[in-house]
Amino acid sequence: MSPAISLTAIGLVVVATIGIGLFGLRISRTTSDFYVASRAVSPRWNASAISGEYLSAASFLGVAGLVLVNGADMLWFSVGYTVGYLMLLVLVAAPLRRSGAYTLPDFAETRFESPVVRRICAGLVVGIGTLYLLPQLHGAGLAVQTVTGAPPQVGAMIVAVIVVINVAAGGMRSITFVQAFQYWLKLTALATPIFVILLAWHQPVGVLDSLHGAAAEWAEPLSRAGGRDHPLYATYSLLLALCFGTMGLPHVLVRFYTNPDGRAARRTTVVVLALLGLFYLFPPMYAVLGRTFAPDLVGAGGDTVVLELPGRVFPGTTGDLLGALVAAGAFAAFLSTSSGLTVAIAGVIDQDLLRSRLHRWTGGDYVAVNSFRIAALIAMIVPYLAFTVTGALSLADTVGLAFALAASTFCPLLVLGIWWRRMSTTGAAAGLVVGGIAASAAALVNVAGAPEGGWPRALVGQPAAWTMPLAFLTVIVVSKLTPHRIPAGTARSMVRLHTPEAVDVDRGLPSR
Amino acid sequence: MQSLIQSQLRLTLVVIGSVVLVLGSIPLLFWLVPPTRTLSVLGLPLPWVVLGILVYPVMYVAARIYVRNAERIEAEFTEFVGRQ
Repeated sequence: MSPAISLTAIGLVVVATIGIGLFGLRISRTTSDFYVASRAVSPRWNASAISGEYLSAASFLGVAGLVLVNGADMLWFSVGYTVGYLMLLVLVAAPLRRSGAYTLPDFAETRFESPVVRRICAGLVVGIGTLYLLPQLHGAGLAVQTVTGAPPQVGAMIVAVIVVINVAAGGMRSITFVQAFQYWLKLTALATPIFVILLAWHQPVGVLDSLHGAAAEWAEPLSRAGGRDHPLYATYSLLLALCFGTMGLPHVLVRFYTNPDGRAARRTTVVVLALLGLFYLFPPMYAVLGRTFAPDLVGAGGDTVVLELPGRVFPGTTGDLLGALVAAGAFAAFLSTSSGLTVAIAGVIDQDLLRSRLHRWTGGDYVAVNSFRIAALIAMIVPYLAFTVTGALSLADTVGLAFALAASTFCPLLVLGIWWRRMSTTGAAAGLVVGGIAASAAALVNVAGAPEGGWPRALVGQPAAWTMPLAFLTVIVVSKLTPHRIPAGTARSMVRLHTPEAVDVDRGLPSR
Repeated sequence: MQSLIQSQLRLTLVVIGSVVLVLGSIPLLFWLVPPTRTLSVLGLPLPWVVLGILVYPVMYVAARIYVRNAERIEAEFTEFVGRQ
């Protein structure tokens, strides 16, 4: 792989990202612009932006790597990432937009009328966001290392600095443009090498050799090719985490508030499903080709297969150019997901932790936007420090834990909060705490060193199948026990969440 | 109002139920009928065709159907409220 061409391509992505970000700065003026682009982004722009933000290092590099190493069971990762949006669509998309809240803690506070629930949510947003930023930085380090041989800290630092500059400069409006651009860049970067390879092969049959024959055990589902015990349990638990975790990811939710109304929120989600399905056709192809052309990567963890494959298939200039394109796409993935996460985390840090304190310290002599900029810096420094001290889990595995945590906390809060009128404030808090503790305990055990094997390892490695029902059960049981703690405004909240905008009703909130 | 929420919830549960039934039965099928794990369809193994290609258009169509029905429920509600 030629470092010069790849570095030029990465440089172009960085320049384009900052350029579009600065363009956004010129038109984003108010705090509302900063957070949600004044809620006037059309469904197509928004869908490209949501997909661009969602397709992270785990999707761009991690899925192909996991399938390459662990075989067909890992195809469920991309399926789950996509089905998560279908669940989000049918359970929360329109009501969430109609809730009129800016962030998850906002939603929790207006629905449950409790600053305590709000504070727990703020903590969870920071926690899930950090857990999700970690693999982005790890992926960036890996990409720069593959291209230039520099230590992983370099790539992580580059992404961290650019994201903070971009988020602090333009906020959400510029991020919408940047994200939409990055979806198409990522799709192009991933698809082009595959098409070139398929065109260059006069007999495409040979390309599929790794799927058939004696050495094809990896291509069978439930085959334990990746050395995982209880593959059936792991498959169901993973599917559950991904399907119901998506709606609880902080950067995904913030993005839904940029739709003009509930109907647009639904239509946007449908377009997102199409864009994601299109994208996820490609990573498995890298795994299949990788088994033939780069079998040595199977033992090396596999996360670099997308980056290395073009160079392996075409030694020479063609390989260099395609490799540069893929490296650029990978960088787009780190930048876009990290930007979205940073906006979401910074929004929460700004509103819930920083602004009131800044106000007290400076005696009101500050600009609200500056508080957001400081928050953006904090939002990135924490995961960067975590990155420098933690070991390397596989990209998609770390992301899987973030999904499990979201599925065990925000999923019950949102689903029951939107559809169940007898949910009590105490029940909401208890569910968040129990689900949060159970899922983070599993994540910590994983990072510290997973159990040897058998059921303990399976249960800790894919915790959602027990932590998510546990959280739901906690909310329901505690709510039944504390009927006097059902929020007084529940009926009005339900009207606000479910009434179409065309109907004129008292929503209990000033229209923004 | 209660009836609006109930019809939306019913629609949501139908969609989730179908997805659980369809997606949930795939690993079970591979588990119970091992030959399906290696069955070849158009030169590709069945699991790869289903999980790598087929699921995506199916999910998209499910989403389209859901949105059409959800908007119909809302339109009926809006009309009903407007007539009162």
